[in-house]
Amino acid sequence: MYQPPFLKSLLIAAMLATPAAHAATAYVSNEKDNTLSVIDLDTMEVTKTIEVGERPRGIALSKDHTKLYICASDSDTVQVMDLATHKIIANLPSGEDPEQFSLHPDNRRLYISNEDDALVTVVDTETHEVLAQIEVGVEPEGMAVSPDGRWAVNTSETTSMLHWIDTETHDLIDNTLVDQRPRHVEFTKEGDILWASSEIGGTVSVVDVATRQIIHKLTFQIRGIHPDKIQPVGVKLSADGRYAFVALGPSNHVAVVDAKTYEVLDYLLVGRRVWHMEFTPDQKYLLTTNGVSGDVSVIDVDKLKVIKSIKVGRYPWGVVTLD
Amino acid sequence: MNKLPRLLSAATLSIPLLASAATTPLEIEIGYIGFEPDHGPVLSNILPEPADAGLKGAELAINDSNTTGRFLKQHYTLHARSTDQPDQIVPMTQALYDQGIRLMVLNLTREQLVAVEAELPDDVLLINAGSQDNALRTEQCIPGMLHSMPSRAMLTDALAQWLMTKRWKRWLLLEGQTPEDRAYADSVARSAQRMGAVIVERKQWSFDTDLRRTAQKELPPFTQTDEYDVVVVADERGDFGEYVPFNTWYPRPVVGTQGMSPVVWHRVVEAWGAAQLQSRFEKLADRWMNGRDYASWAGVRTLAEAVTQTGETDPAALKQFILSDKFQLGAFKGRKLTYRDWSGQLRQPIPLTHPRALVSQSPQAGYLHPVTDLDTLGFDQRESQCSVKGDS
Repeated sequence: MYQPPFLKSLLIAAMLATPAAHAATAYVSNEKDNTLSVIDLDTMEVTKTIEVGERPRGIALSKDHTKLYICASDSDTVQVMDLATHKIIANLPSGEDPEQFSLHPDNRRLYISNEDDALVTVVDTETHEVLAQIEVGVEPEGMAVSPDGRWAVNTSETTSMLHWIDTETHDLIDNTLVDQRPRHVEFTKEGDILWASSEIGGTVSVVDVATRQIIHKLTFQIRGIHPDKIQPVGVKLSADGRYAFVALGPSNHVAVVDAKTYEVLDYLLVGRRVWHMEFTPDQKYLLTTNGVSGDVSVIDVDKLKVIKSIKVGRYPWGVVTLD
Repeated sequence: MNKLPRLLSAATLSIPLLASAATTPLEIEIGYIGFEPDHGPVLSNILPEPADAGLKGAELAINDSNTTGRFLKQHYTLHARSTDQPDQIVPMTQALYDQGIRLMVLNLTREQLVAVEAELPDDVLLINAGSQDNALRTEQCIPGMLHSMPSRAMLTDALAQWLMTKRWKRWLLLEGQTPEDRAYADSVARSAQRMGAVIVERKQWSFDTDLRRTAQKELPPFTQTDEYDVVVVADERGDFGEYVPFNTWYPRPVVGTQGMSPVVWHRVVEAWGAAQLQSRFEKLADRWMNGRDYASWAGVRTLAEAVTQTGETDPAALKQFILSDKFQLGAFKGRKLTYRDWSGQLRQPIPLTHPRALVSQSPQAGYLHPVTDLDTLGFDQRESQCSVKGDS
C-alpha cells in the first residue's frame, strides 16, 4: 500500500518528539518528589518522570491542551510547561505559595489560590501580568471558574467559606459558610450547581449557584471506618451527569454518588489518602491520586470497580488527562 | 490593581443566622494571661524555651479569626498580659475583667488557675492553655473551666499506646527532682498500669553524684538495672534528660520528655495542612511553634469558632455551644476536635516526635472506645468527678 513519504517521516518525527501525543496521557504531580509522572493511558504505565519546581500540587491544562500549568508551591511560582517538548517555557507571577488554580474559559485568566497569603491572584497567561489580587479567607485552596466564566469560586480552609468572585470586576461579591475545611469546588457542566467538599466537616455541600445557598448536604458512612477519618476532598462529576465521585482522604475510599438524587451508591476502596481525581478523555476510567501509598488507582466507571493501581512518585497530588 | 479597600464594602453575608450582625461589626475581645517563669539552671540549656511561648499562638489565632471575621463583620482583639511575677497574675486578670473582658485564655499553672477562677465573678469563660495537671481533669476540677492544653495523662497514654503496639512492655522510669517531674512520672506509672506495661524500676536523678564526672560516665551505671525494653524519662524542664539517649546501660531507646516524646505540637507536624499553620506562625514569630503556642492558638480559635457559628459573645451561650455536639474545631491534627462535656478537656490526637521527625500519632490503631478513640487518651468520664457542663 502506498504511503506518501512525507507523511511517514512526519509520523516518525512525531513519534520521536512526542511519544505521548498518540495515546491518551495522564500527568500526575508528585508533591514530595518535585516531579510529574507521565502515564500512558493505553498501557496504564508510567512512561516518563519530569522534574519540575518545588512542591508541585495543583496542575491544569490550557484549553487547547498545548500547555500544562503547574503550581510549584515552594518555588512560589506557576510554571508553564510546553506539552510537546516537556520543557518549562515560562514562570508566571503567581503570588506566594500557589496551591490550586482554575483557568477561565477565555483561556487567558488564571485564578490562583495563594495558600500562605490569604489571597487569590489573577494572572494573564499571555502577558504574564498580575491582573488583580483579591483578599479571601485563611488558607485559600479550592478554585473553580463557572462554565459561563462569570464566577470564580475560592474555598478558604480555616475560614470555612466559599468566596464568590465576580470575574468582570474582580470584586468579592458573596460568601457561603460551609462545614470545616473546604478543600475543593466543582461546577456542573451546566453551571447551575456547585459541589463543595469539607474535609474536616466530613460533608459535601451542594450549592445553588443562582442563590449561592446550600440546597443539600451529603454525609458519608463506611462500615468499620471511624467517621472522623472520612474526609472528603476531590469531587468529580461524570460528563453524562450521572455520577459524582468524592475522594474521601484517609478513609482510602471514593464515594460514588447519584448526581441527581444525591444518594451515595457505593464506596470503592483505592490507595491510601486519596485526594484528587480525573476522568480519562473517553470518560471510561477515573484516576485517583493516593498520597500516602504513592500510587494512582484506576476506577472503571461503567463497572464501578477499581481495576489497577499505578505506582508513581512520592505524595501524588494533582492529575490531568488529555488525548 | 489591588482591590483590597473595596473588599470590605463588597463582602456581604449569605448566612441568615448572622444577618443581624451585618450592620455594625461585632466586637469580640479576648484576654490572654501568660506566666513566663524563670525555669532555673539546667544542665542542657542549648535550646531554651522561648519566653513568649503561648502568646504568639494567641496572636496568630486572632489574626486567623480576623481574616474570617472580615467576611462576617466580626472583629477580634487580643488583650495580652504577661508576667514573671506570680503575685501579679490575679490583679492582672481582675484588671482585664474590669475592662469588660469576659473571654480569657490562660497560660498559667494549676495554682494560678485556681486563684484566678476564685477571684473572678461567674460571668466569664476561661480556657486553660497552660497547665497539664491531671488533677484539674479528675478530682480538683475548676468550675466552668475548659482546657485546650492536653493533660499529662493524655501525653503519657499516647506514649504508652505506641510502646504497647511495639510490644516494648518493660520500662525503666527515670525522673527529675521537680514536682512537675514527679507528676509526669506518676502519669507514666498510671499509663503503664492502664496499658499493661511493667515498670522494672523507678529512679530519681538527684545529681548529687560525682560532679567531676560527665553524663557519659554517670548514666550507664545509673541505668544498670533489671533489663528493660525502653527508658522513660520524666524531666519536663530538660535538666538531665537530654543526656540519657545513647548513654543507657543496655542499648535501648529513650522516650518520654526527651528522646521520642508525646507532644502537643512540634515543627515536624506538617500533614493535614499543618505546614500552612507552621509557616504562618514562623512568619509572625520568627521561630518554631511549640505546644504552648498551639494550646493558646486552639483556645482562642475555640472562642472565635463558637462566635462564628452562633453569632453570640455571651460567655454562657458560647460555653454551652462549645460543649454541644454541634461544635467542631479544625485544628491541623487530621480530624475535627471537640470538648469532653464532663471535664471541659479538648480531645486531640497526640503526635509522637523526635527532634527531627514525626514518629507516629496516637491514638494507635486498635485502641477502641464506644464514643471516640480520642477518649482512650487521658481520663474518661467515669474516671473524672468534673461536671463542667453543669457548672455556672
